[in-house]
Parts: sequence; structure tokens; C-alpha cells
Amino acid sequence: MTAVPAARFGRVSALQARFARRFGWSVLGVVIVVPALWVLFLAPTTGGWATSFGSAVHDPKDFLITLVNGITDAGLYFVVASGFTLIFGLMRVVNMAHGAFFLFGGYVALKLQRHMVGQGGSFGLTSDQVNLTHWILPALLGTVVVAGMGLVMQQLFLRWNQGQDLRQALITIAVSIILADQMLAHFGGVAEDVSWPRNFDKFVNLRVSGIQYTLTRLVILGIALAIGGLLWVWLKRTRTGMVIRAGVDDRAMVSALGINIQLTFAIAFAVGSALAGLGGVIGGSFASLAPGVDANWLLYSLVVVIIGGMGSLGGAAIGSVLLGMTSNFSAAYLPENYTYYSIIFTFVLVAIVLAVRPLGLFGRPA
Amino acid sequence: MRLTMTTDRGVAGLTLLFALTAPLFLSGYWIGTLLTDVLLLGVVAASLIFLSAYGGMLSLGQVAVYGIAGFVVGNATTNGNTKGLNLGWDPWWGVILGILIAVVVAVLFGALASRSVGIYFLMITLTYSVIANLSFGQVTDVSGFGGISGIPTPGLIGVASAHQNRLYYVALGAAIAVYALLRYIVRTPFGLTLQGLRDDPVRMSSLGYNVALHRTIAFGFAGFIAAIGGVLFVWWNGHIDPTSIGLANTINVLVIAVVGGLYRIEGAWIGALFFVILNNYSQQISFIGPRFATLIGAIFLVIVLVSPGGLIGIWERALTYVSGRNQGPPDPSTVAGGTPEPTT
Repeated sequence: MTAVPAARFGRVSALQARFARRFGWSVLGVVIVVPALWVLFLAPTTGGWATSFGSAVHDPKDFLITLVNGITDAGLYFVVASGFTLIFGLMRVVNMAHGAFFLFGGYVALKLQRHMVGQGGSFGLTSDQVNLTHWILPALLGTVVVAGMGLVMQQLFLRWNQGQDLRQALITIAVSIILADQMLAHFGGVAEDVSWPRNFDKFVNLRVSGIQYTLTRLVILGIALAIGGLLWVWLKRTRTGMVIRAGVDDRAMVSALGINIQLTFAIAFAVGSALAGLGGVIGGSFASLAPGVDANWLLYSLVVVIIGGMGSLGGAAIGSVLLGMTSNFSAAYLPENYTYYSIIFTFVLVAIVLAVRPLGLFGRPA
Repeated sequence: MRLTMTTDRGVAGLTLLFALTAPLFLSGYWIGTLLTDVLLLGVVAASLIFLSAYGGMLSLGQVAVYGIAGFVVGNATTNGNTKGLNLGWDPWWGVILGILIAVVVAVLFGALASRSVGIYFLMITLTYSVIANLSFGQVTDVSGFGGISGIPTPGLIGVASAHQNRLYYVALGAAIAVYALLRYIVRTPFGLTLQGLRDDPVRMSSLGYNVALHRTIAFGFAGFIAAIGGVLFVWWNGHIDPTSIGLANTINVLVIAVVGGLYRIEGAWIGALFFVILNNYSQQISFIGPRFATLIGAIFLVIVLVSPGGLIGIWERALTYVSGRNQGPPDPSTVAGGTPEPTT
């Protein structure tokens, strides 16, 4: 277990190492405090540095909206990234096809919904044509189909390469190339979206500063919380969950105890893929489905688990919140002329976390 | 062993002869469109293979660095684009600035990822690539989705489409220089240290080597190579936009490296040749048509599953078979996925 610190610092003395770490933490402090001060008190509404809303003190309503947007975005990030981290934690498989699975789940749901309701106009369906069943059934189908697809990939290609993690990553990359190209061939290159049911597509009064807020975002958050709760109960309170947690710590020992670890692997892979599929349905309803969306969602999953620590469910939750907050606040509180720089803050976030904790906030050495 | 070495030299000599004389007997399309692309893609893939084979770091960030060099050159040397900085410098200054900035960014990238190995490194460098792609798409000061057009080549080369052979020879010279440089670097004390780190970072660290620093320098150096590829790309293409460094192209470079052979530098150009020619001619096969990505994905899958050494691995196995001497497969530790990373 001593290998990691040794490899980390090499010839650097313990004193220097301590200094480096302290320096890292103080940088972290600055990069948290300065943006916080900016958002809360300093952001102006006029002049060259003018922001859209001004500081939180000046405009608490938009601050609250940005905050809730960040949390609800985090919900969707969590749904997708929890599947990624579940697979990684147990099997050490980096599923590079996770983004493609996301997109495929969305497309399956889209096709079933169009099949049930009809094609709709040139902009697809509108929500008043769609009732709750027309959304839930496609969502279930998308989830199940992607779960099956993940299972097939794991059984066909990954199972017999257990332990060769780079090779497995390359295999999933190959699958994602093929899948993305086939989706382009079958579903075309035009952005389309799954329609929310009319029950969700409205505004609700948050009863704070009279904010009218989109219900769909709250639905996403609700689904994410439910998924998080279910995963937690599954991992902490059931036998399968116990086996998975044991497998994360010591695979060899678990199978030596006579537990069928291959079955557990298969279950975990199916569940992890299912979460990508469900995420795709939600993401396809919330935003849209198009070629290239898979790359974005692979990025979000990677960022979330790199920040949170790979294989940790709590880390995925924290990582999702940090990513959601960073992207929303940087888009809303950068000076208006520079808001398009907000994407760079995602990189800054990753860079800072890696500088201080190379294994992520909750990561442990493998 | 002797047969392998003689064959290697023979093949190398013939390849060089072919490459030097190719403009005499190949059409302008082959030289200007296909082979120049092969040479420059090979340079980028070579930087990936260098990191993977000698440093044990499989990087998906090479295309990001390549793109940064390309975008800097584009911004520095053009004048009259709607987006971008339009500095209108001399192309040579653009090259210097482009490579310099790309190397600085690569060192920063490397420093952040240097404490990670194996799949962690792969994931972190993939993040770099996707973020670089999205950043250039959004930041209209330097690019925007339309990218930068009309990037000039130095007067020495002239307009690329009019003087295809000149750019071809420049790319060939760069490729040979890169190959020679990489072959030299891996034999220097630095290169040997790097290989030591690849095989056993813990032992190297207890011998007093600064693991993270060496990895960072290696990443910066590979960034330098990738940046050369980026400069060649914008000269060849005259245009760069975020799609040029998108996920698809990031993965294409990985595919080239893996299909060519991830443990020998030569694999880069072999993979690039295979990739470019297949891409160009597979469209004429009726049942493939525009589905080149599916085809290359399937080939990639088969190569990863069956021959981790790529095309070079197959070639070497064939040679070993012919020479009747069993050298055994290539050192598994240098092949992606050969052995799992040592766990602590």
C-alpha cells in the first residue's frame, strides 16, 4: 500500500511533499473563495465586466434559479455517471461505450414513443399529445434494451479479458465506434427529442421569491434521488449489494468463498448500462438526441468519476453536484462578453481536483 | 533473429526508397491527398505510441495537443477570418508559436495526469481531448464552430494544392526526423528511465527517480511531436475546426496506433497507411458505402481481441514462423492490455 505515495513524490523529500500538498490546498482555497465572493457580492451588472444577473445580493432570485438548475443538472449527471462508476468499481472496466449506450437508450425510447403516439409535426411531438404512459413505457424499454446490450457486450467481449483493463477499455471503444456509426445510419443526423408527457411539461411555483420553475427539472431531480436511494439500499442492504461491495475490495477472495462472481459481474454490468439507457431517455427528453451527444455524456461521466473518485457512489453524487454547479454558475456569472468561456471551468475543476487528489475526492488506490 | 533484423533493414530501405520516389510514379491525388495525410497522421500516432510503448501511458490527449498547435498556427498566420485573432504573422513565426504553446499545454496536461497510470491516465487524457474540442467550439475569440480557414503555408512550400510534392516532401522529412528522434530518445538515459518507470514505477522511485517529473517531461515531449503533426495538418488542410479534433478523430488516432502496432514506432505509419487507404477506397465497396466507421470499428475490435501487437505483431509473428525460430510473442508489458497495471 506504500507504493502510491512513493510513486507520487519520487525524489522529493517529505518536507517538500508536505509543502506541495499545503500549496495545493491553499490554491484550492483561493479558487473556491474568489468565485464565491464574486458570485455572492462582487458581480456587477454594468461596465465591461457586467454579468447577466449581477451578484446574489443584488439579484437573489436568479441566484436561486442558477442554484436549483445546478442541482437538477447534477441529478441527470448522477443517473448516468452512477452506472459508469458502478461498473468501474466492481470490474475495473472503463466503459467507453457509456455515452453511446446513453444515446441508444434515448433513440429506443424515441422510436417507441413515435410508434405509440404518431410522428407529430416537423418539430416532432408536442407534450400535449403525450400522456404519462407514452413516456414511461418508452423509458422502460430504452432502459431494458440498453441493459441487455451492455450484458451482451460484457459476456461476448469483456468476460474473457477480465483483469486486462486497458484491453477492455479498447474493446469498449471499438463497440462505441460501431454503435455510434450504426445509430447515425439508422436514426440520421438531425437532432430529435423524446417528448415529455403533458403532466410534466409545466411550471410550478417554488414559493420562494415567486419563482416559476419548470416541473421537468424537478422530475429529473426526483428520479435521480430515487435512483440514488435505490442504489444505496441495493448496495448496502441486499445480499447482491454486499457481494458487490466485497467484490470491489477483493474479487479473488469473494470467488474463493464460493460466490458466483461472474453472475454478480453480469448483474452489475446490466444495471450500470441500464442507468446509461435511462439517462439517455431523460437526457433525450430534457435536451435532444443527435450524433455527438454521446461524446458529451461520456465526458460528463468521466469528469464526474474523475472528480468524485472512481468506483465510489458517494463520489459520483459529489462529483455530479460539483459539475452541475460549475457549469451553471460559470455560464450565469461570467461577464456577459465572456460566458462562452464557461466550458473551460469544467477543465479547471478537473485540474484542481487532480492536483490535490490524484484519485479523486473519494478515490482509493485499486 | 538475424533474419528478422536483415528483413527489418531491407523493409526499411525499400520503404524509404518508395517514399522518396513516390511522386515520380504516383498520381497527384495519391501524393497530395492520401500519402501526405498518412505521413502527418503517422506523426501524431507516433507520439501516442511513444508514450504507450516506452512510458506505459496510453494517451487520448494527443489530438488535443495537435489541435492546439493547429489552432494557434491558424490564429497567428491568417488574416480576414470572421472568427479568430487574425494576427496575420509570417507562417514560420506561427509554427514556432504553435509548437511552443502546444508544448506548454502538454506539460501542464502531463503534470496533472502524471500521478495516474493505466486506465486512469486514459480517462484523464480523454477528458482533455473532449474539453479541448468543446472549448474551441465555444470560444469564438480563437475559433468557434466554423473554425479557421485559409491558413497559409510558408513561401517555401507554396500553395499546398498547387505544389503537392513540396508539402509531401516536407511531411516526409518531418516524419523521418520524428522517427529518428524517437528512436534516439528511447536510447538516451531519459528514454531508459522512462522504460524503467513503465515496468516498475515503485522500484524506480525507490532508486531515486522522480516518477511524476519524468512522466510529465515525456508527455511534454510527445506533445512536441503531436504539435508537429498539427502544424502539418493545417498546412495540408488549410483549415481547422473543432470537428478536426473531435472525439471521432481522437479515437481514429488511437485506432491507427493500435491497428499499426502499439509497441513499435513504425506501427504509426503502417496504421495510418492502412487507415487512410481503407477510408478512401472502402466507400466504393457497395455494402460498406459510407459506413467506414463501422468497418474500422470492427477491424479495431478484431485486432484488439486477436492480435494486440497490431499489423506489426502479425508481420513479426509471420517472420518468426518463416525463420523457424521461436522468439515468443512481443514483451507483453509493452502491449496495451498485455498485463494489468500492478496493483498496490
